[in-house]
Amino acid sequence: MLALSAAVSGAAAAEALSGHDGLLGGPSETLTNTLPWRDGLADAPEAASAGNWRYLNGAEVGFLTAAVDRLIPADPTGPSASEAGVVVFLDRQLAGDYGNGAHFYLQGPWQKGDTTQGYQSRFTPAQFYRHAISAIGQAVGKSDNGKVFKDLSADRQDALLKQMETGDLKLDGPITSKAFFTMFLQNVLEGYFSDPIYGGNKGGAAWAMIGFPGAHYDYSEWVTAYNQRIPVPMVGLRGRLAWSRS
Amino acid sequence: MAQAMPKVDVVLVGFGWTGAILAQQLCDAGLSVLALERAAARSTPVNWATTFDQDELRYMWRHHLFQNVKYSTLTFRNNIHQSALPMRHLGSFLPGTGVGGAGIHWNGQIWRWLESDFKLKSHNEARYGKQATAGLTLQDMPVSYQELEPYYDMFDKTCGTSGQAGNLSGAKQTGGNPFEAPRSAPYPTPPLPMTYGPKLFEQAAASMGLHPFPHPAGNLSQEYTNPLGMQLGKCTFCGFCEKFGCGNYSKASPQTTLIPYILTKPNFELRTESEVLKVERTPDGRHATGVTYIDSAGIEHFQPADIVALTAYQLHNVHLMLVSGIGQPYDPATGQGHVGKNYCYQTMGSVDVFFDDKLLNPFIGAGALASVIDDYNGDNFDHSGLGFIGGAYIAGMVTGARPIEMVRVPDGVPKWGLEWKHAAKKYFLRAMGLSVHGSSYPQAGNYLDLDPTYKDQFGRPMLRMTFDFPPNDLKMSQYCTDRAAEIARNMGASSVHAKPRKGPYDITHYQTTHNVGGTMMGESPADSVVNKYSQSWNVANLFVTGAGLYPQNPGYNPTGTLAALAYLTADAIKTKYVKAAGQPLVAA
Ligand SMILES: Cc1cc2nc3c(=O)[nH]c(=O)nc-3n(C[C@H](O)[C@H](O)[C@H](O)COP(=O)(O)OP(=O)(O)OC[C@H]3O[C@@H](n4cnc5c(N)ncnc54)[C@H](O)[C@@H]3O)c2cc1C
Ligand code: SF4
Repeated sequence: MLALSAAVSGAAAAEALSGHDGLLGGPSETLTNTLPWRDGLADAPEAASAGNWRYLNGAEVGFLTAAVDRLIPADPTGPSASEAGVVVFLDRQLAGDYGNGAHFYLQGPWQKGDTTQGYQSRFTPAQFYRHAISAIGQAVGKSDNGKVFKDLSADRQDALLKQMETGDLKLDGPITSKAFFTMFLQNVLEGYFSDPIYGGNKGGAAWAMIGFPGAHYDYSEWVTAYNQRIPVPMVGLRGRLAWSRS
Repeated sequence: MAQAMPKVDVVLVGFGWTGAILAQQLCDAGLSVLALERAAARSTPVNWATTFDQDELRYMWRHHLFQNVKYSTLTFRNNIHQSALPMRHLGSFLPGTGVGGAGIHWNGQIWRWLESDFKLKSHNEARYGKQATAGLTLQDMPVSYQELEPYYDMFDKTCGTSGQAGNLSGAKQTGGNPFEAPRSAPYPTPPLPMTYGPKLFEQAAASMGLHPFPHPAGNLSQEYTNPLGMQLGKCTFCGFCEKFGCGNYSKASPQTTLIPYILTKPNFELRTESEVLKVERTPDGRHATGVTYIDSAGIEHFQPADIVALTAYQLHNVHLMLVSGIGQPYDPATGQGHVGKNYCYQTMGSVDVFFDDKLLNPFIGAGALASVIDDYNGDNFDHSGLGFIGGAYIAGMVTGARPIEMVRVPDGVPKWGLEWKHAAKKYFLRAMGLSVHGSSYPQAGNYLDLDPTYKDQFGRPMLRMTFDFPPNDLKMSQYCTDRAAEIARNMGASSVHAKPRKGPYDITHYQTTHNVGGTMMGESPADSVVNKYSQSWNVANLFVTGAGLYPQNPGYNPTGTLAALAYLTADAIKTKYVKAAGQPLVAA
């Protein structure tokens, strides 16, 4: 058992360990003449919850479902982004630490900045999505006779997304369409290709499409198996994906 | 008022690679050593076990093991005419935090510099004339390769580095790097076997008369026990290495090679969640009395010590020097001062290589799995008429294929939509990247200082980074990336996409965590911040480790050399400084 100069045990020790990502808050501890071994405190990931929307409202779900399926459309090669659960992924991410800006510096003063200086918004990612989607809704309403994005043709949706990608779609308010698109495309790829535990990549379907076998730890026997399919079953953090029901 | 703690012989500020090296060396010499680490203790079974380590989202994109910029960041601008703004999200570099530092989530690419890299300025001027270095504030190192060799060897033996020597005490060895400086001993373990992609690179490079060799790796090719009795296992090519911890005890890190040994020493203490705010000094400023640190309960402590060693990451060491008022800050307008001067980075180019008819299976990878050529690095080739100096190693490298980061599509394919989807499906298993790992040389306008506007959570000015790639380095990257593209075409690729580094420097996209300079070592206080033993010219009982010591960055990953310099420092403290406590080891 660990010898600590300050009495740290149970929940407090668990909290100290959760300080791994630089979130100060765990107690300071002094270790001497000991090995820092603890039982039963694995820093395991937290799975996305099941059930209803945690953050997104109905209009946002409508916009995102339509938009993500233009970024990664349905076709026989693999699932569309929404079929793979990417909108659920986005909702859970925005409702959680990422959306709350747990790893963003958000203090002022704020200035627009150059693209090389990166994200300069005062908003958390969750606020950023909310403001951007609402501003996009207004811009589209003006340009497309009061219609909403999800009801436009696929071609028109693509044209609008291209305008966001270049920043040509002008938005009211502090967020540029380009800044939104950059974050959005990144988050969509995250949802599509991350472990199914986070709500996207349902059943590992996106991995299956590209041929990624998932969360293996040992490929020793295949290192020099050149130019051939590696016949390992796909696994996720919760085990063989063929076995899981989600 | 800060609470005073019991005095120790040595206080270490930060407990990553260099902190662990100094702790082991100085504890074994009988000194009492306390390491203050700003974040938590971490260990393999608790923090990156094989049951959950293979998680690209959490570790890479949600920065689970990296410094959290919410609490600690810096400001950035490309040049002195812009306003620097906070780095609000990590991107270009990923500093570590917590016990083990960035040594947890590094790749394990372990390099030595070329002999000429130690005399960079004088070497290039002698060969190409003074105009070759114009516009670059290059400097020679005050140590030579020969002086550092025994310490390079110590680091290799600590890590168990896997590789093939190219030069053993002057005798060239087949299969190794023919350009490397003489090593006194072979690598402790044989090179890693090559997967298909690196093999194709090796064959193509050899067919062109170049000199491919296996990349030296801290991902071990076989079981190994280091001189301290620490045991490492055989790498299983999991591909979650760079930016991840190793769940397998196969990657050399402070945790696998040093810390378990150190923690059993009665004269060692580790205090976590303890962030050092300032180095304290006697009223005349010539002597450090210890450090002030703040714990996670917000309580400030004064930790007295006879020797203070700044073993935080390069950026934080420079920041601590500046906020403690030690040495003269560099001013680009006058050229005066050295703290923060010669900030350099790494000039990274790359080439994406696509095959219609070959399955590379790039998910089988390791942090340093590559076949590499050094023909275009440093001054290994004639630069006459090229208009630049410096160079890059070119590596057919497969660190793994995490799909959020590494779905590669050929040039001209859009970034989204059906065409992207089809290309992603077609090429994920059939593409790889060549890394063009280039040098970064200093220019007068690239530096680190204190930001005039933004304050950190403790009310101190943030560190401000002013950086852009010098024209010399962009030319170098173009030239070396062109050479890499030639190799790629000889690999039988169906298409090749060359991506030389272009300016301006952009802080949002990952390049490397190889930030260097700012506390450079030199011959005298007139040219540097510390002497060859990493001892401050101003405060004789203050030592500084890390890549901040470099006056410029050669085309290699930094850790091999900064680890060797830390061993040299430890040796100087043990054998010289303790006999002359409080005295400069080099006359100013
Ligand atoms: C993704 C990645 C891949 C890399 N791959 C390679 C590679 O293949 N080869 C290579 O050579 N290099 C590589 N590097 C770089 C390598 O990790 C660093 O060069 C090395 O870790 C530097 O050692 P250090 O002791 O200077 O700093 P670190 O190992 O980072 O340790 C510094 C420690 O100081 C602590 N600290 C900072 N400020 C304070 C303070 N004020 N008070 C208390 N503690 C503090 C930090 O929390 C940290 O634990 C890589 C880095 C990253 C992020
Ligand atoms: S590739 Fe090898 S050394 Fe790297 S994390 Fe995986 S098992 Fe460890």
